[in-house]
Amino acid sequence: MLEAFLASAIAMATPLLLAALGELIVERAGVINIGIEGAMLAGAFAGVAVAHATGGALAGVAAAIGAGVAINAVFAFVAINLAVNQVVAGTAIDLLAAGVTGVLYQRVYGATGRAFTVAPMRSIALGPLARLPLIGRALFDQPALVYLAFALVPAVAWMIGRSRFGLSLRAAGERPEAADALGLGVYRLRWIALLASGVLSGLGGAYLTLAYADTFVEGISAGRGYVALAVVIVGRWNAWGVAAAALMFGGAIALQFVLQAAATALPYQLFLALPYLLTVAVLALAGGRADAPSALGEPYVRP
Amino acid sequence: MRRRLAAALRPAAAIGGALAAMAIALALLGASPLAVAADLADGAFGNWIAFTDTLARATPLVFCGLAVAVAFHGALWNIGADGQLVAGALAAGALGPALGGAPHALAIAAIIGAGGLAGALWGGLAGWLRARRNVNEVISTIMLNFIAAQLLSWAVHGPLMEPSGAFPASRKIAAAARLHLYFAPTRLNLAMLFAVALAAVCELGLFRTAAGFELRALGRNRRASAFFGMPIARLTVGAMALSGMLAGFGGAVQVAAITHRLYETISPGWGYEAIAVALVARLSPLGVVPAALLFGALDSGSQAMQRADGVSAQLVYVVQALAIIVMLAFDASAGGGWRELLGGGASDAPDAAAEARDA
Repeated sequence: MLEAFLASAIAMATPLLLAALGELIVERAGVINIGIEGAMLAGAFAGVAVAHATGGALAGVAAAIGAGVAINAVFAFVAINLAVNQVVAGTAIDLLAAGVTGVLYQRVYGATGRAFTVAPMRSIALGPLARLPLIGRALFDQPALVYLAFALVPAVAWMIGRSRFGLSLRAAGERPEAADALGLGVYRLRWIALLASGVLSGLGGAYLTLAYADTFVEGISAGRGYVALAVVIVGRWNAWGVAAAALMFGGAIALQFVLQAAATALPYQLFLALPYLLTVAVLALAGGRADAPSALGEPYVRP
Repeated sequence: MRRRLAAALRPAAAIGGALAAMAIALALLGASPLAVAADLADGAFGNWIAFTDTLARATPLVFCGLAVAVAFHGALWNIGADGQLVAGALAAGALGPALGGAPHALAIAAIIGAGGLAGALWGGLAGWLRARRNVNEVISTIMLNFIAAQLLSWAVHGPLMEPSGAFPASRKIAAAARLHLYFAPTRLNLAMLFAVALAAVCELGLFRTAAGFELRALGRNRRASAFFGMPIARLTVGAMALSGMLAGFGGAVQVAAITHRLYETISPGWGYEAIAVALVARLSPLGVVPAALLFGALDSGSQAMQRADGVSAQLVYVVQALAIIVMLAFDASAGGGWRELLGGGASDAPDAAAEARDA
């Protein structure tokens, strides 16, 4: 029971972690991207559609990355170059992705909505480690995307905190005028951050359809992109904090399977609402924006 | 004068641009844009039934569009009109069956009042979280949308389920609490008139009252508003509650006038569509009415399009998204009254400060 819960918690944390690490990079550069939900959805669709057509999971993952990057490029052009309100632009991106995936889904797979499935990405057992009691299955017998997500945590932490590029990125998020005056190129930095986030959101979406559900249904991202935004806040704009928060939310989502099996007296809707209730509760308790990048969400126009 | 004309033409250009993009998308999908346009128009305005269906679809969009416009004026990014509408519908659907003995006018007032109150609580909660706990209202309102949807699902599967237990729907509301179709067999009803009256009230409230001025000042510059002693927390909670109330009215009216009971799918996403409505209306409450009619026509027509041309009705999401983006882009490039609110550019701190000082 506990072993299954841990494995499921890691599985549910992975797409959140992938998306949230991307959003972390973007927010440290001073941009808030609500459109992350749309990027995940586009990645989820492109991933399963291409994997279904070609029979190769790797081609699906590549397509998911492409879709995530394409969606984020649209957002980047609108939010950075046109310098409009980022929240409203992000909402438009979500609608755009919902519309495009919905239309294509019905077009390609018929108005009957017949599910199309793919062979799931295989778990890779890491030798004897996978046979460890309790944690073996959760930590050492997972699809490659899970290992990638967690391996990215120290990499992103180092990139933001220690690398020269990360320093420029943070400057763009804290004092864009100063960063531009130093010739760091705020537009360029924010574009790079958004494209990197597109890769990660696409991967998060691909994980949903290729490793977890093995199929696509409309709106499969189910608000995970929005939860990823909360993960970044709860994680205090820091890669390690983001990883911890993603695990906490992953655990909450996984809890619904355990509780649903155990306590039948409670309505299942309560479990479905649990991640969203938890998001509100945790944000209410954690509160504060003290650690947020100073220029977060403010459109920057080069003087 | 020329600037005014250009400003007035912008929404038309936004819609035109979005429709043109849709035509290209249709051509790529292998459908004939002209045939689709004909089916779309036929489905929206082709006959009296189609036209009243458009009105019926536009009505909740007016309520939610007003909710979004009011909140956005205060730079409160309420993405939660959908959840607030569901909260209003839920209250109306719960109260409705119990209103059997009440006089018609009283029952109507009660059911709509209950919906408004529930919406106000749902929106006010996000406002309180923002004002007191510093929780970003964008995230809290989105989360509250998901929570409201699950609450509704639980209600129609559980405590409010109709007696036979065969369908996930609530019992019918009492006849006294129904907004009748006074013009049967069409779906035209008094709800639209109520919506238009509310739009006028919002217009006056925003632009002719001290509270409306304070809300707009808050939207332009939160820090300066605090500096000049405005009750920031109270304004935030009040504006979000008001915004939620408007959307909640929409949910209650939908139950009282159209569905007469609760279903899980009571909202097809009006709260999100309303963002496009409010932006095309350039955040003007009176402008929300024609903008909602336009999007209601798109919704109504897209159903006919799906039947006739096999193109998913979800294509309208793409149109909504493009309309939002084009409207944002116009205002960023052309400047104008709410450039500071929705576009980028230089801070207007000195102006807002001066405005607040003069008040």
